[in-house]
Amino acid sequence: MLQLTGVTVRYGSFTAVQDVSLRIADGEVVALLGPSGCGKSTLLRAIAGIEPLAAGRIEWDGVDLARIPVHRRGFGLMFQDGVLFPHRTVAGNVGYGLPRGLWARPDAAARVTQLLDMVGLAGYGDRRVATLSGGEAQRVALARALAPRPRLLLLDEPLAALDMSLRAGLLADLEEVLRSTGTAAVFVTHDRGEAFAVADRVALMRAGRIVQIGAPAEVRAEPVDAEAARFLGLDGHEGGVMHGMARGARRAAAAGVVDASAADDSSVHPQRR
Amino acid sequence: MTTDRSGAATTVVGAAVAAPEPDPSRAPRPGPADRTAFRAEPGAAALRRIGLLVLAAVPLALLLVFFLYPVGSILALGLTGPHGPDLDAFAQVAARARFLRIAFFTVWQAAASAAISVILGVPGAYLLYRRRFRGRAVARALATVPFVLPTVVVGLAFRTLFAPNGWLGALGWDGSVATILAAHVFFNYAVVVRTVGATWAHLDTRPVEAARSLGAGPVRAFATVTLPALAPAIASAAIMAFLFCATSFGVILVLGAGRWDTLETEIYRQTAQVGDLPTAAVLSIAQIVLVTLVLVGAARIRRAGERALRLRSAVDTARPLSKRDAPAVLTGVLAAALIALPIAILVVRSLQTPTGWGLGNYRNLATVGEHNVLLVPGTQALANSLASAAIAAVLSVAVGVTLCVVLARRPVGRLARRAIGALDGVMMLPLGVSAVTVGFGFLIALDRPPLDFRSSSLLVPIAQAMIATPLVVRMVLPVLRAADQRLRQAAAVLGAGPVRVWASVDLPIMSRALGGAAAFALATGLGEFGATTFVARPETVTLPVMIGRLLSRPGTVNTGMALAAGVLLTVGCAAVVLLVDMVSSRGGRDSGIGGF
Repeated sequence: MLQLTGVTVRYGSFTAVQDVSLRIADGEVVALLGPSGCGKSTLLRAIAGIEPLAAGRIEWDGVDLARIPVHRRGFGLMFQDGVLFPHRTVAGNVGYGLPRGLWARPDAAARVTQLLDMVGLAGYGDRRVATLSGGEAQRVALARALAPRPRLLLLDEPLAALDMSLRAGLLADLEEVLRSTGTAAVFVTHDRGEAFAVADRVALMRAGRIVQIGAPAEVRAEPVDAEAARFLGLDGHEGGVMHGMARGARRAAAAGVVDASAADDSSVHPQRR
Repeated sequence: MTTDRSGAATTVVGAAVAAPEPDPSRAPRPGPADRTAFRAEPGAAALRRIGLLVLAAVPLALLLVFFLYPVGSILALGLTGPHGPDLDAFAQVAARARFLRIAFFTVWQAAASAAISVILGVPGAYLLYRRRFRGRAVARALATVPFVLPTVVVGLAFRTLFAPNGWLGALGWDGSVATILAAHVFFNYAVVVRTVGATWAHLDTRPVEAARSLGAGPVRAFATVTLPALAPAIASAAIMAFLFCATSFGVILVLGAGRWDTLETEIYRQTAQVGDLPTAAVLSIAQIVLVTLVLVGAARIRRAGERALRLRSAVDTARPLSKRDAPAVLTGVLAAALIALPIAILVVRSLQTPTGWGLGNYRNLATVGEHNVLLVPGTQALANSLASAAIAAVLSVAVGVTLCVVLARRPVGRLARRAIGALDGVMMLPLGVSAVTVGFGFLIALDRPPLDFRSSSLLVPIAQAMIATPLVVRMVLPVLRAADQRLRQAAAVLGAGPVRVWASVDLPIMSRALGGAAAFALATGLGEFGATTFVARPETVTLPVMIGRLLSRPGTVNTGMALAAGVLLTVGCAAVVLLVDMVSSRGGRDSGIGGF
């Protein structure tokens, strides 16, 4: 179980992530949904251990991760555009994170084959990375991230670099893979369709904070405020939605995700008044 | 968030979005088999920091002992008199017209050489990087060769070419400044062509097309769009050429014939012939100041130019040659002649003996020369050259790569960032200080306790490594810095520790540049003359030093031996660089060894 408490990340004087608290249960898929620049990718990188925290704690099963370096966390990270190792083959990429050592070799080869099967790229092992299409590269990146059986999979806009037609296919596969392996995952996206399709819970982020969190249907039915409603593509002027919006805000405040004043649009985004 | 994007995405996953009730299958799933507990290592971060410090300390210590201490000794020698610090030595030097004349000549011949190199080199860059023709790859590789040839050998080749009985003797340039300028252009043509060409090849062509569509003719489009975009590259190449010519030693020593002296040759004369070390020290300080000023100016220009350029990826936008390229082709032919003729006459003359054509000059390399000029036979010098160049290459690559590991890091802390910036600057110092200064510093600093290296056979390779290391750093570091930081993060997330990240990401990325750097370091060691002249003892002479010694004594046997040794060195240096160029361009990319 992953527990974030008051996580804050700063770049110089700019605060990218501010006081985020979040709990992710084993096997749960949480989507971080928000416009670009809202700090969702930074939060993901902080969980991975790439960005140092300015304040707050990240714990896994009660163990503080502050002193655990990136490579010892056992989390998988999938980048927006794959970031495959260009000098390795497909199999070399997928097998990179597997335990090394003489006795592990035959096992590793079998695992690579199994994963390439799982992402629909059986027989691609010897291909050079440069020969892959965008969708294939993302599938390899997914297989690479899953190979070491990470306890948590971090997905940073895994579909954003793909064509619309490829997205639907990979999204379905991704959901299937997450479901079948039972891997807990944090899925960062700016696309509400993706978030609602894949996640058990959706966390709506804005200006470095989580403004609302809940099951997809819940978030959709009761956006926390007008801006959330606009971002979710819901018409904020319909009475029902307005009603639901207020309820959402109260619920979020009660859950301690946002302070009650965040329900007032102006305090979150003064310039949008 | 644009509406069409979210709308389309909703269509794609419409079914899922439409489901209003939480899916029962979405209940928290059992987690995967948990791995063993985290191996928390409280000291890991501190350990890594200490490791980095040690890594940085090794090259720094070498630099301290073999660069800063010698150069500091020169400063001490020049700035102190018998009664403490004074500037008497400076006053004496400045009072003599000869030294002022030498300083002036050093600057103006370097400026003239750089200017001619640019005038010839820019059309060359156009031909080799913007036009396509059969044999272009070969021409590009051959144009690089002069840069790595030993200065003494090139001096010898031009002296032979312009001598009264040489192929161009009719020009009457023998012993004139023209031969010096020609030899300097020979070296720096490659610098200009490759530096400007690398930028030109990747220049976005659309602004030119826009200018043409707005009514500008080809000349106006070039002058108003292309030239400004190339200006930083041209300035950078010109400065490099200027520095090379201002610190030129071997060429002046051979071609100047005592009539033309630069600061470098005068330092050598004051040390080796006059024995006036304080004067030599003052001249060295003047040289260091001159070079530092130029380097500081160069850094300014580079910083100003960095942001402005808009480059395209490595798509080859070169077009076939056309009739309008005739003027450029003409300069190309001229440059080709300038490069080919000296090398050709060197080879031809090395095969001519008093008794006709043959390999007599090469056979004579097994002797100690006419009148026993040498203490050891030429073959011994050849062996010395190969051994010290190999050691110097290994040493400079080891130190250079260590430095790159440290310098390529982008730490978060401001203090660490500053420290790395400072280290970067300090390591580039040897690049600015001339080889003669390094050699002179070794001579006065490392021959007495506590640092008595006189009898060490490692002194020559260490001096050569000091000169080659900044070159290695300059070739490898940009590649490492340009590498996608996320590749390292991806490796770390997959469980790779710092050492494995370096071995599996950094090392493969820089392997090509490293190969090129090793080749350049080897060629530098083979051809190094300025520092080695000071440091080598009679029995540890290298081929370039031997050539210098042979040329200082008359005799056809000696000249013949010098020619033969020159050809051997030329072949060796050219082979090393061409081999690497072939290997590194096989991947289809523009080779990585242009970035000196």
